[in-house]
Amino acid sequence: MADKTATRQAYGKALVEIGKTNKNLIVMDADLSKSTMTAEFAKTFPDRFFNMGIAEQNLYATACGMALSGKVVCASTFAMFAAGRAFEIIRNSIGYTRANVKICATHAGITVGEDGASHQTFEDLALMRTIPGMTVVNPGDAFSTAELMKQVVEMQGPCYVRLGRAAVPALYEEGAEIKLGKGNWIRRGKDITVVATGIMVNEAVAAAAELSSQGIDAGIIDMHTIKPLDEEILVEAASIGPVVTAEEHSVIGGLGGATAEVLCRRNPVRMAMVGQHDTFGESGKPDELKEKYGMTSADIAKAVKSLLNR
Amino acid sequence: MSYKEYEKIASKIREDVIKEVHSAGSGHPGGSLSAADIVTALYFKEMKVDPDNPDMEGRDKFILSKGHAAPVQYAALAEKGYFEKEELLTLRKLGSRLQGHPNRDKLPGIEMSTGSLGQGFAVCVGMALANKMDNDPGRIYTLLGDGELQEGLIWEAAMASSHYKLDNLCVIVDWNGLQIDGNNDDVMTVKPIDEKFRAFGFNVLVIDGHDFGEIFEAFDNARKCKGRPTAIIARTHKGRGVSFMEDQAGWHGKAPDDEQTKQALEELGGAL
Repeated sequence: MADKTATRQAYGKALVEIGKTNKNLIVMDADLSKSTMTAEFAKTFPDRFFNMGIAEQNLYATACGMALSGKVVCASTFAMFAAGRAFEIIRNSIGYTRANVKICATHAGITVGEDGASHQTFEDLALMRTIPGMTVVNPGDAFSTAELMKQVVEMQGPCYVRLGRAAVPALYEEGAEIKLGKGNWIRRGKDITVVATGIMVNEAVAAAAELSSQGIDAGIIDMHTIKPLDEEILVEAASIGPVVTAEEHSVIGGLGGATAEVLCRRNPVRMAMVGQHDTFGESGKPDELKEKYGMTSADIAKAVKSLLNR
Repeated sequence: MSYKEYEKIASKIREDVIKEVHSAGSGHPGGSLSAADIVTALYFKEMKVDPDNPDMEGRDKFILSKGHAAPVQYAALAEKGYFEKEELLTLRKLGSRLQGHPNRDKLPGIEMSTGSLGQGFAVCVGMALANKMDNDPGRIYTLLGDGELQEGLIWEAAMASSHYKLDNLCVIVDWNGLQIDGNNDDVMTVKPIDEKFRAFGFNVLVIDGHDFGEIFEAFDNARKCKGRPTAIIARTHKGRGVSFMEDQAGWHGKAPDDEQTKQALEELGGAL
């Protein structure tokens, strides 16, 4: 469990594995294959890899044409340029036709680090989940990335997969059950629940350990699928106590917003949201930035205690 | 079939465009009429398609990248026998398969849902690439507006078409010179269109988009050209066939009233 792996690395490896048996899998990139980790697929299956150059709109439109011709396409670039720059192409060409394109976007969030605000996207989950029929996935470690990628390629229709740049510790043992659309209890707690996604699940694990030493029993849900959102597990969490959401994304419209939409309708409880609070990022080391912008285990612990009036 | 007979089909399609847009009370007659001859040539001579088997393996595909000209594609599909002509009068109405801009899920014969400019062409790049991979003989045709060339995505797609040597892809530009706000030259110059596509590596043909001889010859040339995509720059007149609509930007997106419809149909040789 000590080894750290970036979810983008797990993604690149998963593509090669899936590509061995699924000959219908096409991978496309926009001049970032060494960063998005599609390069290994390109090397292994050169006939099924297409570099579209630095042209993200065309990357996703072309991927759509491929998919409508019967292929399943994983098309990668940085999250900023996928969900951001190509949004309207994804909405009108891929979403509207329910094309079988998997938008596998890496370098999401603050942990892009030194590249700074222009490359740190906090809006992608919000943008993608408003597109009808779009599945939205944000895995938290290497194992769940690999498991979810298999399911993402198998399912019909468009999917947005958010992947990170920085290496993260493992959350799961080999063989753990990961199911698209189902949240996972990482740990059950009787006082409060932290619903986390992506790299913030690991932060939640650290927070729960710290809180435990202070006599607070916090449960953790890995919400690796943002859409369709697992409503039942949220209702269950809300029946225990307050809910803290944690995401490496804007608290506007992401996991926090999505969770609140469910709970205010089905089981209202007090909530706190850990994430980027309506501001741009800046250059720095990922850990420094997580601390400055309030996306660490300490921020989760603080939110938990504040909700419990401790 | 003689050119005269293609002209007759194009006239019927133009009449249907007028009837559709009149019935809808909105829509885009100008750019539908300018494209009517090209669309007729595609559906009635150039393309291998089967209205009884719209998903036929190995078929040619036409994608209307200038999706607002939907009325002309619908009229051509109905004329070809994809659906009954009466349905044309449901254009833009609630529950209709004839959406304001084409929707591939609703209507057989529509290969791509378009409307947002630039995207149809770029999707064609993927379709042409997929056909190459699969050794599918089907060719991909897409019709662009001249104003549409102002979209950056067009040139991303053009670059990729040439990079991947998509000789199974044929782009047609409906060069009527007008867009919503006026002349292309006043709004945003798109000229020289031929040199632009040539610089992007295309086989470029400039033709009269209302002359069936030239249209057929260009499609022939495109089919025979190997190793690069073709761009047919078709000089056309917006509103072609209806005197008061011809070369008038104001008829880009406006429906004729009852009187104007009567006159238009008379000029086109039909009746309401």
